[in-house]
Amino acid sequence: MSRIYIEAMGDSAFSVVFGHFISKKVNQHIRTFLAVLDAKQLYGVSEWVPSYTSVTVYYDPARVSYTALKKELEQCIGEMQDAVLPHAKVYEIPVGYGGEYGPDLEKVAEHNQLQPEQVIERHTANPYLIYMLGFTPGFPYLGGMNESLSTPRLKTPRSLVKAGSVGIAGAQTGIYSLDSPGGWNIIGRSPVKLLDMKHTQPVLLAAGHYIRFISVSAKTYQSIEQQVCDGTYEVKVDEVKEEDYDA
Amino acid sequence: MTMEALCYVEKPGMLTTIQDLGRFGYQSQGIPPAGVMDYYSFTIANMLTGNHLREAVLEITMTGPTLHFLRDATLAITGADLQPYKNKEQVSMWKSFNVQKGDKLSFKGPKQGARAYLSAAGGIQGDEVLNSKSTYIKAGFGGMEGRPLKKGDYVSFTVPSNPVTSGKGIHVDLMPSYADQQVLRVVDGPEHSSFSKDGLEHFYYAAYTVTNESDRMGIRLKGPDVTQNDSADILSDAVTFGTIQVASDGQPMILMADRQTTGGYTRIANVITVDLPKAAQLLPGQEVVFKKVTIEEAHRFLLQERKQFASLAFALDQYS
Repeated sequence: MSRIYIEAMGDSAFSVVFGHFISKKVNQHIRTFLAVLDAKQLYGVSEWVPSYTSVTVYYDPARVSYTALKKELEQCIGEMQDAVLPHAKVYEIPVGYGGEYGPDLEKVAEHNQLQPEQVIERHTANPYLIYMLGFTPGFPYLGGMNESLSTPRLKTPRSLVKAGSVGIAGAQTGIYSLDSPGGWNIIGRSPVKLLDMKHTQPVLLAAGHYIRFISVSAKTYQSIEQQVCDGTYEVKVDEVKEEDYDA
Repeated sequence: MTMEALCYVEKPGMLTTIQDLGRFGYQSQGIPPAGVMDYYSFTIANMLTGNHLREAVLEITMTGPTLHFLRDATLAITGADLQPYKNKEQVSMWKSFNVQKGDKLSFKGPKQGARAYLSAAGGIQGDEVLNSKSTYIKAGFGGMEGRPLKKGDYVSFTVPSNPVTSGKGIHVDLMPSYADQQVLRVVDGPEHSSFSKDGLEHFYYAAYTVTNESDRMGIRLKGPDVTQNDSADILSDAVTFGTIQVASDGQPMILMADRQTTGGYTRIANVITVDLPKAAQLLPGQEVVFKKVTIEEAHRFLLQERKQFASLAFALDQYS
C-alpha cells in the first residue's frame, strides 16, 4: 500500500489516492480506508466521496487546520492493516429485458453477434461491484460486465431515458436513476427505484456492495411495479462472501 | 414556531428558487449539495434580518419576481443589484426594511451582478429534504416542490418570535462590487500536471469570457485553448464547488452549486472558497482572469472572512 498519497482538491477537500486504474484491489483498499475513517469521526470533516481510485474528504478549514487533518488522514492510512473489511451486500435488481423496456437489446446482440437471449444470460450471470455513485443521485458506476457485451454509445443520444433503464455504454453497464437524456444502449428496465424521495433513505445502493440483475417477465415486472408504487416492495438483499466473487 | 404565508407570487422572475447553504453529507450517494451560489450575500442577508445563518432565502436570478405581501415582515436584499422597489419607492440593498400587508415588491432589472438574495426575518420556509431546504431542480426536490417559483405560488416563512429591528446595514466596504472583469484566485487541481505548457500559460495569462450556457450547475468559459498533454478524460472522480474542469474542447468550466458530485474531465484548478461569491455573480459576456495562490493563502483569506462575519454578527446583534 506504499503508493497511497494525499493531495489537496481546492481549499476545502483532500483527495486520498489509492491507485490510477480500476481494480478490485484498489477498491478493497478504499473500503478498508473508509472503515477506518468512519470509525474516527474526525472533527471538521463533513463528508467523503469514494470513487474508482480515490476517497475525497471534505472539511471546513475554519474548524480544522490543513496540516492537522492531513496528519490524521495519514494516520488512518497507517491503521488500515488492522481494519476489518465490512461484509458486502448484494442487491437483487429485477429487470424486464427487451421489448418496450429494452429497445436496444437486439442492437447489442447484433453488434456482438449474439442472440438476445445470450445477452440476457450473460448480463445476469455475474454480480456487479458498485464502485461509486455519481452522475445523478443514486446512479451506480458498476464493474464486472462481460466484455462480449461491449457496445459503443448511441450516435445520437435520446432526449429522454426513463429512470430504471438498464444500459450498456462501451464496456460499462448501469441503471439510470432519474429520467434524463442519455446515449447508452438500453437493453432493459427495472421497476425498482434507485432514488425514491418518499423514503427517509432515498438512495437504494451504496458503493462497495454488489448488484445482481434478475431477468423477469413482463407480468412480474408489472406486479413489482405495482408493489413499488404501493410502497410494499422490498429489494432482496443478501450478505455475500467476497471470495465467491473473486473469480 | 408559527408558519404563515408571507407573499403571493404574481410574477416568478427568470429563475427564483428557495435555497439555504446546501445539502451536505449525501455526495457519496450522488446527491449534489445545491444551495446558494453566493454564500457571502446569503450570509449577510440572514444577519441583517436577525436570522440563524442557515435559514433559507430566495435566490433571485437576473429578472426579479413580483411579490404581494400578505403579512408585515422585515426583509433584506443583498447580492446583485436588480433594482428592487417596494410599491413605487426604491429599496436600499444590503439594509433591512419593513414591508406591510398589501405591499408589492418588484425588481426593475439587473444593474450589477447576476443573483440577489432576499431574506425574511424568521426565515423562508420550504420542503426540507435530507436536512436542507435547498431546491435541486434536476431531481425535483427541496424548496418549493423542487422547482423554481411560479405564478400563483405562496411563499411561507416562520413568523419571528421576537420583534426585529429594521434599518440595519453594513459598511460600504463590505458590499462587493461586481466588475466586468473578475480575478478568481485558484489552487492547483489534481490533474494540473496533465496540461501542456501552452495550455497552462493560456489558462493563467489569458482572459476568459463567460458564455450564455452558464447556470447554477456551472460557468462555461470561452477563450484560448487549454490543452492537455494526453486525454481530457479521466476516470470519473469527485469534484467540489469551484472545481475547474477542461473537456476535450479545451474550454474551462467552473463547477457551481448544482454540479454533479463526480466528473470525468481533467481538473486543472479549483477556485478558492472566498472567491466563489464573485464567480456566482458573473454575467454572460463578462471576463475572468485566473490567479494562482497557495492553499495556505486560501486558508488565510477564509479565516479573515470568518472573523469578519463573526464581528459583523456581533455588531448587528448589539443594537437590536
